[in-house]
Order: sequence, then structure tokens, then C-alpha cells
Amino acid sequence: MTVYLLCFILFLVGLYGVITRRNLIKIAISLSIMEFSSFLFFALIGFVDGGVAPIVDPADPLKTYVDPLPQALVLTAIVIGLATTAMLMAVIIRIYRKYKTFDIREISNLRG
Amino acid sequence: MNPLIPLFVVVPLAGAFLIMILGRFIRDFHKYFTSLVLLFLVILSFYSLFNSDGNVSVYKVGGWEPVNRIPIGIYMVMDGFTLILLCIVNLIGFLSVFYSISYISRYTSENFFYALFCLMIAGMNGVVLSGDIFNIFVFLEISAISSYALVAFGVEKNELEATFKYQVLGGLASFMILFGIGFIYWKTKTLNIADIKTALGTGNDKYYYLFVQILILSGFGLKAAIIPFHAWLPDAHSSAPSPISAMLSGVLIKAVGIYVIFRLFFNMFILTEAMAVLITTLGTLSMVVGVFLAIGQWDIKRLLAYHSISQMGYVVMSVGIGMILISRGVNDKIATLAVAGGLFHLINHAAFKGLLFLNAGAIEYSTGTRDLKEMGGLSRSMPFTSATSFIASLSISGVPPFNGFFSKLIIIIAAIMAKFYLLAALAVIVSIITLASFLKFQRYAFYNKPQEKVKGDIKEVPFPMVFSMVILSVMCLLLSLLAFPGIREAVLSPAIEILTDPGRYSFQIIGF
Repeated sequence: MTVYLLCFILFLVGLYGVITRRNLIKIAISLSIMEFSSFLFFALIGFVDGGVAPIVDPADPLKTYVDPLPQALVLTAIVIGLATTAMLMAVIIRIYRKYKTFDIREISNLRG
Repeated sequence: MNPLIPLFVVVPLAGAFLIMILGRFIRDFHKYFTSLVLLFLVILSFYSLFNSDGNVSVYKVGGWEPVNRIPIGIYMVMDGFTLILLCIVNLIGFLSVFYSISYISRYTSENFFYALFCLMIAGMNGVVLSGDIFNIFVFLEISAISSYALVAFGVEKNELEATFKYQVLGGLASFMILFGIGFIYWKTKTLNIADIKTALGTGNDKYYYLFVQILILSGFGLKAAIIPFHAWLPDAHSSAPSPISAMLSGVLIKAVGIYVIFRLFFNMFILTEAMAVLITTLGTLSMVVGVFLAIGQWDIKRLLAYHSISQMGYVVMSVGIGMILISRGVNDKIATLAVAGGLFHLINHAAFKGLLFLNAGAIEYSTGTRDLKEMGGLSRSMPFTSATSFIASLSISGVPPFNGFFSKLIIIIAAIMAKFYLLAALAVIVSIITLASFLKFQRYAFYNKPQEKVKGDIKEVPFPMVFSMVILSVMCLLLSLLAFPGIREAVLSPAIEILTDPGRYSFQIIGF
């Protein structure tokens, strides 16, 4: 249970960063932290205590295996996360070129 | 196994690939090729709509058959509700692409625009077709990432700021959805929507699923821009190029937001009255607050964006009323009527809001401004834009005989019959304020005295833009036919049946 709690705390750390940080890069890092807490959560739900890699052994049918599906899901999610992070970074670089700052308080053309 | 189903995803994906490869060698290849791809998808979706006879068809990716009646492969499901969304997505997509042929020519690197557009279509088609929650997440991200890039397509200050906001909030939504999927998988050990439904039927972890439902609702609510989660929408919609605004507002928020909420809450979770009331409240809030935020706007596209929030509120409220009645287990007829009103308004909104954004794009194309105070007297110089936007304005404000009138009428009748008198009254009041707001739009843009900035010779926009606007305005008129028996049974009824009948969806897919 402690591990799940730590995973949740990691999520909250990311959320805190997204809400309070003023620097665009730090917001992007906080988003990545949140993302990785959800990957960690997926890896945890597939874990079985005492389980081994799911390669079926005909000699020992009673072996416990870990659930391989969440790992496949995490791999997919990591690839997607890479794409979103790359996209976000590209936008941040463009913003820096236009505004000459990373401070979110000075990037506020759109209101109302 | 229906072999046509994967084509909806494969064709636009292959199209995006070909545009990037062949677009380098053949001049103007991307423009016409994208239109052809989308035209093919439109024909395919309407062919499927008229040949489905209300049946549910399933495609198992990779041909993995169920083992011990437990589905193991990824399922793609095409039912009535999916078909409606497919038709909207591809038709509005086709008209937007055709419109872009002239509109996008003032931007550089057009081939990226068309490739991203195809990717976005592939993502949305994938979301509405998949019968597997993780697959929904994957396709949702495909469409979301390409829409982030498309919103920033102008790469000016406003576009970049809007897309940053959109990406941060969209990212938050994705993590909430991912966590929700994780929690569902933890308890049920399956990802297939129909299979989860049967697994949920046996368990009784009431509070656990309440938590999951709230996670999922906030995740997809952020994507659908329901009111407490709406911050990104006005910026993103007003900064994007106009055909993309039409796509975002006309179909993206429906396909990846509203559609998934309805699909999961009707067909996957067991409807509880608390959640139904929550959804109805959020819908009503969006409807009322959205219109009040819209009325003070002077930027055309911001005004339209806030109206999108308000009109989506109608859809969510109406379907929410249906959810409340179904969860109470009473008045199936009224529940059906409420859901019908919601879905009908969803279809209509795609037509008239798509058209209004295309109009706004046409005005911007000719005059170079989006500020209502700077234009005026455009009805003489731009007759087609003026006429079509007049039709769209009347139909969004619910004036007969246009489509918006019929859907709002059904929603209001359903609310009165279900004894939600306050909601019915609010729906009427919001409709009147919408009318006022669009009269302002019409007066300042088209009928006032011309302002300094637009005194020069303003010309009507080129043919592809006029064509798309005229087709959509004809649709605004023709879609009102959906309210009448005969056509309604063919198009709306299969969708309503699959949503309102609790066991039907999972029975049709996994057979028990």
C-alpha cells in the first residue's frame, strides 16, 4: 500500500509544480513527473508478489506470473508521452523566440 | 467481422504518410489528395450508415477470437452512435479541407497542415470506433497532439500562447484518463468496454467506482470543455486557422469529449443517479455561463467559441436528463426523447458551428480583421458569406424552420415532460440570449455602416470557400428533416437504442 501512496504523492508533486511554477520549462518538467507517476501506477497494478516473467512453463503449471498487459500499456503510453513532451518543448522554444522570456506572467496576450 | 471498419483509420493515416513523401515531388499534390481522401471517407461513412440497418458490427484487430468467451484482442465497434459521429467527422472534415485549399495558401509549409489534418481525422475516427478503453486513449492522443500542432500553425504570439495552455490542460486531462483506465483495469482485469460492463455488474465497490467515474468525467470533461474545465477552449479556438477552428469546435470536442462521456457512462459504467445529476448540473452550468461569457465578446471567433461551450451544454444537459430518468428506472419514453434531443442537437451543432467558423474565416480572409467594431456593411460586398452566416445564426438561435429549432424544441419538451421545469426555462432563456448575441454579430458585421478599415474594395472569397459554406448552409436546412419520422428511425433510433438499453451494447459485442 505504501508504494501506491508514494506513487500518488509523486502525482501530487507534479500537480503542485504545474499550478505554482512560473517558468515554462518547469511546468513541462512537472507535467512529465505527473506522467511518470501514472506510468509507475500502471507498472504497480501488473505486479504480483512472488510472480515471475510470464513465459509459460509446462513443467510447473502452478507458477505465479506477473500481469504482462500493463507493461505493454506503459510502453505505449511512454511513446505517447515522448511525443507530447517533444511537442510541448518545441512550442516553448518558439515562445521563447517570440517573447524573449520563459516567465508565464509576461505571456498573457489572450484574456477575457 | 466488417472489413470496412479499419479503413476509417488506415486511409487517413496512409494519406498523411503519402502527403509527406509525395508532396515533396508533386506540386499541389497535398491539396487535392487530402480532399480526395476525405471525400472517400465521407462516401464510406454514409455507405455504412445506410447499410447498417441498425446492426452492430465488430472488427477484431489481428483476428484474435475470444478465449473462454473473454475477449482478448482489440475490438473496433461500429454501432448507430458511432456511425453518426463518423458521418459528422468526415463530412465536416471534407468541407474544411476543401475550404482550406484557398484559405491555407497564405501560410507557408502547407503540406504539414494537410498531413496533420489527416492525422487528426484518423485519431477522431479511431476514438469513435474503438471498443477498448486504452485504444480510446491512444487515438485520443493522436488527435490531441495533431490538434496542438494545428492550433499553433500560425506560430505568432497568440497562437503559441493558446497552444501552450491547450497542451498543459490537455496533458492534465490525459493523465486523469490514464489513471482512470488504470483503476478500471485494476479491479476488472479487462479493457474491453463490453467486458468491463459485465465485470462491473458483479462487483459492488460503490465508492471505488464513484471515484473512477469522477476521474474519467473530469478527464473527458476537460477535452469536451464543459464549464469548470473550459479555460483552454476560447483561446485555442480563436487562435487556430479558421478551418481548424471549425474542426475543433464542430467535431473534435464532440468526438473525443462528449462521445466518450456518453459511451462510457451509458455502456460501461452502471448509471447511478448521483453521477447523472452531476452530469446534468455541469451541462446546465455550461449552457448558462457559456452564453453570458459570449455576449460581451467583440472578437468574432471568441464569441463563437463561447457559444460552443453553451451549445454543448444543451447536449450534455439533455442527455443528462435521460441518464437521470434511466437511473431511476422510470419513464423510458421520456428518457429516449431526452437522449434523442441531445444527439440531434449534437449533429446540428456540428453543421451550424462549423459553418459559423468558416464564415468568420471568410470575413478574416477578406477584411483582415476579427474585431466586430472594425467591420460593417459586408452584406453588399460578400453576399454568399452574409447569406450563409445569416442562416447559421438563425439556426444556432433556434428559429424555425432551421435545424436548431427542432433540436432545441425536443430538448425543451423532454425537460418539461420529465418535470425539470427550471431546466426547460433556462434552455428557453439561453436560446433568447443566443439570438440577441447573434443579432449583434449580424448587425455589426454585415449591416452596419462600413468602418474606416473595411472601406476599400472588399471581395467575395474564392470558390472553394463559398462551396463549403453553401453546402453547410444547405445542411442546416436539410438536417431539420431528422426530426420527422421515417428518416429519424434510420439515423437517430439505432444510436438511441444502443445508449438507452443497458444490456444491449455488451450483448451485441460479446454475446451474453
